[in-house]
Amino acid sequence: MTTSIDLSQVTLRELNKRLHETDEGRFVVRNPRGAHALAVGITTPVTVDVEGSVGYFCAGMNMTGTVRVDGNAGTGLAENIMSGLVRITGNATMSAGATGHGGLVVIEGNAGARCGISMKGVDIVVGGNVGHMSAFMAQAGNLVVLGDADHDLGDSIYEAEVFVRGKVASLGSDCVEKEMTPQHLDTLSRLLEAAALPAGTMSAGTMSAEPGDFRLYGSARELYNFHVDDVDAAAAAKGKP
Amino acid sequence: MNQQQWHHRESYTFDRNVIAEIRRAANTGIYRIRGWGAKRELPTFDDLVFLGASMSRYPLEGYREACATDLVIGEGRAERPVRLAIPITIAGMSFGSLSAQAKEALGRGATAAGTSTTTGDGGMTAEERGHSETLVYQYLPSRYGMNPDDLRRADAIEVVVGQGAKPGGGGMLMGQKINERVAEMRTLPEGIDQRSACRHPDWTGPDDLMIKIIELREIVDWQVPIYVKVGAARPYYDTCLAIKAGADAIVVDGMQGGTAATQDVFIEHVGIPTLAAVPESVRALKELGVHREVKLIAAGGIRSGADVAKAIALGADAVSLGTAALIAIGDNDPALDEQYRELGSAAGFWEDFQAGNDPAGITTQEPELASRLDPELAGRRLANYLQVLTLELQTLARANGKSHVHNLEPEDLAALTVEAAAMARVPLAGTEWIPGDS
Ligand SMILES: Cc1cc2nc3c(=O)[nH]c(=O)nc-3n(C[C@H](O)[C@H](O)[C@H](O)COP(=O)(O)O)c2cc1C
Repeated sequence: MTTSIDLSQVTLRELNKRLHETDEGRFVVRNPRGAHALAVGITTPVTVDVEGSVGYFCAGMNMTGTVRVDGNAGTGLAENIMSGLVRITGNATMSAGATGHGGLVVIEGNAGARCGISMKGVDIVVGGNVGHMSAFMAQAGNLVVLGDADHDLGDSIYEAEVFVRGKVASLGSDCVEKEMTPQHLDTLSRLLEAAALPAGTMSAGTMSAEPGDFRLYGSARELYNFHVDDVDAAAAAKGKP
Repeated sequence: MNQQQWHHRESYTFDRNVIAEIRRAANTGIYRIRGWGAKRELPTFDDLVFLGASMSRYPLEGYREACATDLVIGEGRAERPVRLAIPITIAGMSFGSLSAQAKEALGRGATAAGTSTTTGDGGMTAEERGHSETLVYQYLPSRYGMNPDDLRRADAIEVVVGQGAKPGGGGMLMGQKINERVAEMRTLPEGIDQRSACRHPDWTGPDDLMIKIIELREIVDWQVPIYVKVGAARPYYDTCLAIKAGADAIVVDGMQGGTAATQDVFIEHVGIPTLAAVPESVRALKELGVHREVKLIAAGGIRSGADVAKAIALGADAVSLGTAALIAIGDNDPALDEQYRELGSAAGFWEDFQAGNDPAGITTQEPELASRLDPELAGRRLANYLQVLTLELQTLARANGKSHVHNLEPEDLAALTVEAAAMARVPLAGTEWIPGDS
């Protein structure tokens, strides 16, 4: 069943409340007019199709839901996503997919700075470029970038993996290029497939790319532990006070 | 060596502790990381006294007349405001920094006393939720373990901007404490020296915070209050901005505030004392016309009912305890002196919360050590301690003629030092002089 909701008639509170009270079905949201906190806290397998651009934190903490935006998104798209799918046709501002624990975020356009910051298991596929400090402190999950990555990619990264097809302006602290293994190629193929839309639908084929054209970046793991010297022990070994 | 000779006297600038620290730094090449809070002498609530009753002020009868202590947070905005029997709460301390047994003890003690406890940088555990009637869920930059189900299980949400021990620093948990369970809750490899983010990943500045608070309220369907916690750095401005962002309560944590693990240089040299911070936050609340409506929770070095009463008299609505609560449940117990000595310290001095080898079983993830703490007995000790603080608070409030502790006011106070008079903006004892007020 599809329910149509016009945000020029209904408040954000009413919309989110309905989404929280429903177990299933599809909602079409018209006139979002850049609303913040739209479709946040969904914990059921509902589908929300938003016709137009959204503000901050759209689909925040999404769990099992599907939220699709035909437009652009403000800061913190799908922040802390747990599972399910969030997909937008346009560009996303800063911190898209921040701290996401699971699920898939697809951005057909570009993503701004700090895309995938502190990600904890989410997969993010970006059709265009990502801004500086993307995958900052990223802990787990995969960030796939079909375009270029701006400066300081993967700064202080933990165990997340970053695949970039285009140029990388610079890598951040402790982020290095790594060898692509067959498992990595599998992961990448799976994600590109999951992110691609079937032929004949809106922006079909936008995510098609050859896994072999990507490079892989990840942690050198040199910042994992503090370095502690022990001169006293060395002195004792030399028989010195 | 004969100490009583001029040429053998100890240097004030380079005393034995300073020399030891220089030697430690030279040996290891790493700054000192430790727990506890600032250890040096600072202006505190001890520098204030209550005036008590006199010809013009009537006291209340000590044991008979009512002196209420209750507090409601988030009324009018949240569907389920937080209702506390006493204005003394337990501060956020993470599972990870503390053992599951310690978290349970805090929950039991707080619940018995009718107050709240708080999660920390590491998510919510079932033990903690189960044993805390009122549980505040921290929303930190790291977002370890953050999820919508726990968010909806919380009785309040505390957005942590900073902590008094380290305004501007993120959480730290050393490798010894990152065991399998802790690593999994935080999605990190076991055994790493974890340094969490110091900035929130998806908002910067007060305008973003306003939208973040709306998002959190929407996720929990406006059920519970939202607090904002800041380290005491610029409390006047931070309080103004937190009010504007829509917080129901502001937690201001002074530089004495405890920590599980922070650089010593950060603990001792960043932030301002609680005594100096509270009046600045109150000034912001009053100027914006929301004093006693948006609640102020003061933290950092609160030890006694006198500290609680003075913080409230200066305009706070409640206080929050970290270190004192840990001591109440058994930290630094003299009975463990020998074991503390084996670790190169002694009961009463031990500050190595980061090390994970706490003989009291509180700041550890070692199952054998943690099992030494009996959560039920430790919870009773905490409940008793909270009761004593409450009785002391009421004693002071009655002495000043107040039927509710929130009626305490700066006029009930005098300062013993010029510094305290200037910071607290109450007259120097025996004068009408408030430095800075002409
Ligand atoms: C062991 C320990 C762990 C702490 N963990 C956190 C934390 O996770 N998040 C936080 O905001 N503050 C944390 N704090 C700070 C307390 O919430 C509180 O601000 C501080 O302890 C108050 O000062 P006091 O210890 O002098 O009472 C911790 C403090 C201690 C002692």
